[in-house]
Amino acid sequence: MKAKVHVTLKNGVLDPQGKAIGNALSGLGFTGVDDVRQGKYIELDLAEKDPAKARESVEAMCRQLLANTVIENYAIELVG
Amino acid sequence: MKSAIVVFPGINRERDMALALKAASGKAATLVWHRDSALPDVDLVVLPGGFSYGDYLRAGAMAAQSPIMRAVKDHAARGGRVLAVCNGFQMATEAGLLPGALMRNAGLKFICRNVHLKVANASSDFTGHYQAGQVLSVPVAHHDGNYFADQATLDRLEQEDRVAFRYCDAEGRVDDDTNLNGSRRNIAGILSEDRNVLGLMPHPEDATDPQLGGTDGRGLFTSIVEALS
Repeated sequence: MKAKVHVTLKNGVLDPQGKAIGNALSGLGFTGVDDVRQGKYIELDLAEKDPAKARESVEAMCRQLLANTVIENYAIELVG
Repeated sequence: MKSAIVVFPGINRERDMALALKAASGKAATLVWHRDSALPDVDLVVLPGGFSYGDYLRAGAMAAQSPIMRAVKDHAARGGRVLAVCNGFQMATEAGLLPGALMRNAGLKFICRNVHLKVANASSDFTGHYQAGQVLSVPVAHHDGNYFADQATLDRLEQEDRVAFRYCDAEGRVDDDTNLNGSRRNIAGILSEDRNVLGLMPHPEDATDPQLGGTDGRGLFTSIVEALS
């Protein structure tokens, strides 16, 4: 089973990299981009077959290492 | 004062720290490898600056999971002093020794130069040799020094007099214009609840010899040596 983890900055936490990307896009002539938030994508190959157990385990990984919950949110998607 | 410096792969300020500690205390610091699980019997543990694990995932995130960090946390929980500088400050927040987090500099650039710091707390073991409001010149060298904490945590830090240093200009003006890296409330360094852990982004160890361009960092080392002897 595969777990896809997206880590993004929480709302209210300033994202200077996202802002710079937004400015660069508008410099390239892409109009209509109201806001850009950037983050990380982490893919995990898991031996676990049970989705509930896999999710529980990946949640723990996110809380302990993959995300810093002071500033970041995480979203887990299980595939396969 | 007996001290130990924890060495992680990718750090680069442990020698500077060792020189500053030796100059202030007259005793050589013990270097401890990050894979060790125990600390020697010391009064002060230093988490030094650098780029542990190449800043992978987040600055300090990997180092915070090192075997030695359990011993560092136990040392702090017993009231032992911990000085966490630059990458060490990032590790200390990642390990939960200090609140908040250090994010990418608001200007997105790596900043390597002397900056002015205003002493906010001059009564801790780390800062007792300074005067409140004193302006120091100390170098910084970081990409992720933008201190973030939620409003409640920031209010609490201020109410409990736990902000140690703030970014300012030569006249001591603290505002958005003198905020080096976007840190909330210009915070450059904070103390733990029990005031036995100090984390700061600037490098006081690199301002301890006239040949390095200044000696304003000496006060921090004099303070901790006096407090612990």
